[in-house]
Amino acid sequence: MYEHDVIVVGAGGAGLRAAIAAHEEGADVALVTKLHPVRSHTGAAEGGINAALREGDDWELHAYDTMKGSDYLGDAPAIETLCQDSPKETIQLEHWGMAFSREDDGRVSQRPFGGLSFARTTYAGAETGHHLLHTMYEQVVKRGIQVYDEWYVSQLAVTNEDDPEERDCHGVIGYDIQTGNVEGFVARDGVILTTGGLGQVFDHTTNAVANTGDGAAMAYRAGVPLEDMEFIQFHPTTLPSTGVLISEGVRGEGGILYNSEGERFMFEHGYANNEGELASRDVVARAELTEVNNGRGINDEYVHLDMRHLGEERIMDRLENILHLAEDFEGVNALEEPMPVKPGQHYAMGGIETDENGETCISGLYAAGECACVSVHGSNRLGGNALPELIVFGARAGRHAAGKDLGEAEISTGKTDDAEMGEVDTPVEPGAVASDDDSAVADGGATFADPTQTVEATLEAERNRVESLLEKDDGIQQAELRSKLQKSMTANVNVFRNEDGLKQALRDIREVREEYQDVYVNDPSRTFNTDLIHTIEMQNLIDLAEAITLGALARDEFRGAHWRQENQERRDDVWLKHTLLSWEDGTPQLWYKPTILEGENKTYEPKERSY
Amino acid sequence: MSTQLTEESESETETERTETPGDRRRAEKKARQGRSSEVQEPTEADEETVHLKVFRYDPEVEGKMDPRFDDFYVPFEKGMTVLDALMYARDRFDTTLTFRHSCRQAICGSDALFINGTQRLGCKTQISDLDGPIRVEPLPHAEVVKDLVVDMEHFYDQMHSVEPYFQTNDEPSDELEEQRQTRENREKIKMSTRCIWCGACMSSCNIAAGDNQYLGPAALNKAFRFAMDKREGEDMKEHRFEILDQEHGVWRCQTQFSCTNVCPKDIPLTEHIQELKREAVKNNLKFW
Repeated sequence: MYEHDVIVVGAGGAGLRAAIAAHEEGADVALVTKLHPVRSHTGAAEGGINAALREGDDWELHAYDTMKGSDYLGDAPAIETLCQDSPKETIQLEHWGMAFSREDDGRVSQRPFGGLSFARTTYAGAETGHHLLHTMYEQVVKRGIQVYDEWYVSQLAVTNEDDPEERDCHGVIGYDIQTGNVEGFVARDGVILTTGGLGQVFDHTTNAVANTGDGAAMAYRAGVPLEDMEFIQFHPTTLPSTGVLISEGVRGEGGILYNSEGERFMFEHGYANNEGELASRDVVARAELTEVNNGRGINDEYVHLDMRHLGEERIMDRLENILHLAEDFEGVNALEEPMPVKPGQHYAMGGIETDENGETCISGLYAAGECACVSVHGSNRLGGNALPELIVFGARAGRHAAGKDLGEAEISTGKTDDAEMGEVDTPVEPGAVASDDDSAVADGGATFADPTQTVEATLEAERNRVESLLEKDDGIQQAELRSKLQKSMTANVNVFRNEDGLKQALRDIREVREEYQDVYVNDPSRTFNTDLIHTIEMQNLIDLAEAITLGALARDEFRGAHWRQENQERRDDVWLKHTLLSWEDGTPQLWYKPTILEGENKTYEPKERSY
Repeated sequence: MSTQLTEESESETETERTETPGDRRRAEKKARQGRSSEVQEPTEADEETVHLKVFRYDPEVEGKMDPRFDDFYVPFEKGMTVLDALMYARDRFDTTLTFRHSCRQAICGSDALFINGTQRLGCKTQISDLDGPIRVEPLPHAEVVKDLVVDMEHFYDQMHSVEPYFQTNDEPSDELEEQRQTRENREKIKMSTRCIWCGACMSSCNIAAGDNQYLGPAALNKAFRFAMDKREGEDMKEHRFEILDQEHGVWRCQTQFSCTNVCPKDIPLTEHIQELKREAVKNNLKFW
């Protein structure tokens, strides 16, 4: 058994920032991560960090852009906190030595990004995330913060009161990937989930293979609601063969999108007459697929992104990494020819419901970064807003968990009085599957009120689960299930969605859930058993795929990244509210809470979103 | 298993003759295109299959305690990388096949492997660039944990030993004020900041293989990144050279260029180490 004040699960941008912040508040912190911190997917972020740093810009403009970009589904207190804290957090990185690109006067460079009214995206080449990740890991090393790397956290130790809001989180259960030992981690003050994205729910994604949404799924099963899961961002420029990301920075610097007729379709077909390629991501992704569907795609699959006219010097200065990616993964020399691009799953706007301090409705359980939903992105995240989210809310969660008073949060969590229950017509009963082994797919919270006992009891249950997975020597393997799930999600819950497709996805998810009852781990070894890890991850993918699809089926309107064939209107009269899913008695329960549009000095009035 | 020795590259002037990363990539691409057009020709059916010979070892599984190579035949698709082929083999043929990987785009540094006798990232190595059968082995000069997974602890220890974090005594007092840096100075450290900690360089280095205490190319490059950053003051630079200018520090490098040759991020590691040597000499002269 290990014991620390604060345990951070995941060591990407949000996790590292949270750990540093908690450490600065005097807490004994540990990072527990299934990779090594420098392997985290934050390193793959390219574009930059939005921060109002310059004259002519201010946090209120940033907040306005973000609210508009969210299609009025962000919560004003969260968005305003993001925009107020981002400048100092960004400069904090600079003070830690981060290698930002520089202007002639030696200050950090900023560039334009989609949906922004000011060029406020602060960047380090086209590899901002890599620099951010490494800079923060360096600070973790400097402070001597304990890192348990290649430890897979597979369960939260949460008490089992009936009402989730009365539950406490006392720690986590980790699996030492190198040795196979399953151990308990007691958190005296709090557990912070910073496990990142869930892109592996889909089969064409910019996300790493490790992005299986572990934190979100564990929190969900422990009783924390998942918020706005239907809003999945599809990035307009990913390489067709691999899903590798081509930064929005390319369009920010002046890159142009062409269809097979050589038309600059963003303008010529009227998708965004003012902003063109720099319209918000949802708009560009739909435009590209519409071109392909109308027979103006290249090889019926993709469009072209051209940056040749920017010139070699500028490309080398600001987008060099893109040249390498295009060449290594698509065999294209982007100095001489346009790059093939198509939309790919990129980011989960929804996630674990938290307030501005990173707290969930379960006492002692926090979340920050992509796995969380505060919510700053609403139904569509602006490029350059994910990295400030990591540092702003990572730091806040770390400080709060370590005991610093950050004032009362304006955003409420859990089922409060303004919760409105929802219903949705599903073709199959989602959620738990009847089985003799009720610990198999969707197991609720654990036991006891004493912190150590809670962890011990959860540890025993988790050791049994791992044993039974390892002992079973026949059945179905996770790789087959994963592929089936991913294919159905990409076919049915993609950029364009309709009721039939969403229902088909639910049927497929249900089928996979039933088959998962029969899953077994082929590898008997205790040493570095990735087969076992992937099998446990698979359970998380099932629950998250279901949450995404249920949310998408319930929301019969068109908002931000969520396009519905039958419902081509944004319906503010009914849908200015967040979708929430709670795991109750083995099935997801659907409910809603209103969006908060009242900010510090103003109320954000929903307007038609045009670019 | 031994690493390739490039004896002809002993002299310092070699740096100037080294082709640029861009040249190298273009040459590789040309070669690749040449080969992929050969593959597309309808010849024998088995040309569509990739033959992998993969190193296998597991300390606790009866049949795998004695290291061996397993053969996998994976259907070839255009654009397929070694990592793609390994994943296919694992997911379809043998789920016990174990290797590290995550981002698939050469930034997480997880999947440095010994492929056809060279340290490379599995995710950015095109199958069409390689002659078959393709031998995939764990990184040499590191302890094998299982199959293709090696123990990285020593690598991390060496990285940590150079104080791999920014240090300055005159940080701006205003939390919104930047420490200015010239574009030239940023350019100077740019390549060194690209390291993804994959360990390919350490694995390729003969000196590191023979001297466990040698800081090695990755850690020295990390030190270069800070020593050359002008935002760190002169006092700190002196401190950094105390770490570098020691028996197992910069002087151990014998300029063999193997690290530079294998670096997947095209970092001119040897050049950086040479520059640190020159700076170390200058630094020492101050005390005379």
